[in-house]
Amino acid sequence: MDGLDGQTNPFLDLDQGEAIQAYYIWIDGSGQALRGKTKTILKKTMDPKDLPIWNFDGSSTNQSLGENSDIYIKPVACFKDPFRRGDNILVMCETLDHEGNVHPTNKRNSCFANMEKCKDLHPWFGIEQEYTMFDYTGVHPYGWPANGYPGPQGPYYCGVGSDKVKGRKIVEAHYRACLYAGIKIAGSNAEVMPSQWEYQVGPCEGIEMGDHLWVSRWILQRIAEEFNVVISFDPKPIPGDWNGAGCHTNISTQPMREDGGYPEIIKAIELMGEKHVEHIISYDPSGGEDNKRRLTGLHETASIDKFSYGVAHRGASVRIPRQVEADGKGYFEDRRPSSNSDPYVVTNRIIRTICLGE
Amino acid sequence: MIDRLSKSRSSARKINKIIPTPVADDGLDGKSNPFFDLDQNGAVMAYYIWIDGTGENMRGKTRTLQRKPTSVNELPEWNYDGSSTGQSTGENSDVLLRPVAFYRDPFRRGDNILVMCETLCPDGSPHPTNHRFGCKEKMDKAYAHRPWFGIEQEYTMLDCNGKHPYGWPENGYPGPQGPYYCGVGANRVHGRSIVEAHYRACMYAGIKIAGSNAEVMPSQWEYQVGPCEGVEMGDMLWVSRWILCRVAEEFNVVISFDPKPIKGDWNGAGLHTNISTEAMRHPGGLAVIQDAMSRFEKMHIEHIQAYDPNGGEDNKRRLTGAHETASIHEFSYGVANRGASVRIPRQVEKDGFGYFEDRRPASNADPYAVTGRIIQTMILENTEVIKARCKETQTSDISDNIESPLSPTDLDLKIENKEDILV
Repeated sequence: MDGLDGQTNPFLDLDQGEAIQAYYIWIDGSGQALRGKTKTILKKTMDPKDLPIWNFDGSSTNQSLGENSDIYIKPVACFKDPFRRGDNILVMCETLDHEGNVHPTNKRNSCFANMEKCKDLHPWFGIEQEYTMFDYTGVHPYGWPANGYPGPQGPYYCGVGSDKVKGRKIVEAHYRACLYAGIKIAGSNAEVMPSQWEYQVGPCEGIEMGDHLWVSRWILQRIAEEFNVVISFDPKPIPGDWNGAGCHTNISTQPMREDGGYPEIIKAIELMGEKHVEHIISYDPSGGEDNKRRLTGLHETASIDKFSYGVAHRGASVRIPRQVEADGKGYFEDRRPSSNSDPYVVTNRIIRTICLGE
Repeated sequence: MIDRLSKSRSSARKINKIIPTPVADDGLDGKSNPFFDLDQNGAVMAYYIWIDGTGENMRGKTRTLQRKPTSVNELPEWNYDGSSTGQSTGENSDVLLRPVAFYRDPFRRGDNILVMCETLCPDGSPHPTNHRFGCKEKMDKAYAHRPWFGIEQEYTMLDCNGKHPYGWPENGYPGPQGPYYCGVGANRVHGRSIVEAHYRACMYAGIKIAGSNAEVMPSQWEYQVGPCEGVEMGDMLWVSRWILCRVAEEFNVVISFDPKPIKGDWNGAGLHTNISTEAMRHPGGLAVIQDAMSRFEKMHIEHIQAYDPNGGEDNKRRLTGAHETASIHEFSYGVANRGASVRIPRQVEKDGFGYFEDRRPASNADPYAVTGRIIQTMILENTEVIKARCKETQTSDISDNIESPLSPTDLDLKIENKEDILV
């Protein structure tokens, strides 16, 4: 619905000279939505240190008041831009206030500091991002019948066929765009609820996990624009007998990956069990309120009230893959984070519990 | 000459655009996906395919590989949530995926691949719904007989809701069967674009697609895969089914493999399976085929159980004795007889050697189960078991002299070119 009637934009192949477009991306005051704007940079680069600190109007993003609205955005990671191509880049940023201090909504800074503290343990992460496609109004799931519901869940997971999956084009485009951009996308599949999908990013070490996941979310929403579809990261978009959406987070440290690492895994999980309440508060942007709608104990979730773990157990808070038990080493999966959780907050909370004893 | 060819090709492309073809409701309005030519930075997308708990539907998911594999052994094992596919419970849900074959991906192109997998339980044993494992064991045991297969896959195209046949009038039925088989014309065939796309996609992928035709019921089609030796038949047929369903997504059409999609005076859909062994392909082979018939007759019930995913229940709706089928209750065979359980082609009778066609399997049958059952009966089943069946059924007109199947070393044989045999 953009006036092009499906034709490619005839201006996108115009020569840019030496200059490039850098699209600065940041997280807004909601803690879950992304914003962005473009700046011309005169000399091409892929190094965030070469890029200037910029600023934006925080009163328009719920991040400051009108009288003192400038918020600074500081580049932290660069990726190739799959929309503008050429030497143009996407730039992930963190937010600072007018005095150059970390903004209250900036969760990356403390994550980075803690990752530095435990970098000798080489924490690796892999996140499974689930999401739902809605039509362009953002209200009705994409591909669902106009008046009513699709047939019950069962045939959609990893399905094939126009009656089983909707929106595969977007998924294909997103995967290719991420590979091009340099995002460590590892896999994707259709999910249990129709019009629900999942992709995985990782393995990423330390702060990289949050950077890659946030930019992958931006790319996904931007791709969906091209298809007149809206992406929702809400963890329980449709109430009733329909699956919710999570951000299952897989974790390992160097000791867990080595031979005989299995006891390290159990130790870490036990530590997480003692901090269940603290983790739940960190696992969605509303201090646990969003997850109350999702973590019911049904639909392959654990109840929000109790911590549990088990091998190959998809109804538990933490699942240890069967292969890991067999190998005696590996990683484990925290199934609690909601699809709209902040990966900086999630990974930070995890290493504070299992590496820093906090 | 070259200029004229390229001109006629481009005008053919223009003509194809004028003919309205249904497009998927995906926001692209028929245009190609603009992100598909993005460089992949050397990485490869591998789409792992498996059969789910229904025994007839397929599932799949993608993973990134850091480089293109040269052999199936390089592909890592994987796993998935079996509680979402009717293959395990939530408390113990991991099902393992083991790659068994890979093909070029005709959708993603480049170095991207489709990977056919078998399913294993967490302890490494084959999952109860995995029929490939048993099939391969049998094929390995019978290897010396060099069994070749060719399967004729029939299917029906339905609209995007998966309920009403594609191209049929909204409230009603098309004219009776007669003019549709191998037909031409917008009032005779529906969905040819999908058939064309599927054929080319299979050729690109490396699937041994051998032919295709419009079938007797409108919106019903058939394609053939083969000749394939051993377990390759099942691998290629399953992947060809996935490719077909995936192609149809692009056209907003749903493929049904149900063996009797429309009740009444409309054909069902089958998986006619053509078979030969080395001994059958050489002079004197007709006698070996006759011997196989005697064995087949004794094991008719076991075959019917293996010939659809529901132990014969689906085929009850299809094998009625009408519409070019044999009755499900009795085994019969005949030369050029399409009303029999097994048909021996006229040419085979004339030559005295060749192959035969088992017409019993339903279109949704598992080719691993079908080919495995056939090998079991023809080659592996203990001769004593067959003879005991003779006594049980007390049929006097079937020979008691059921021999062990001839091994190829009994005859002085040269391996022939498979393509010469293929009809």
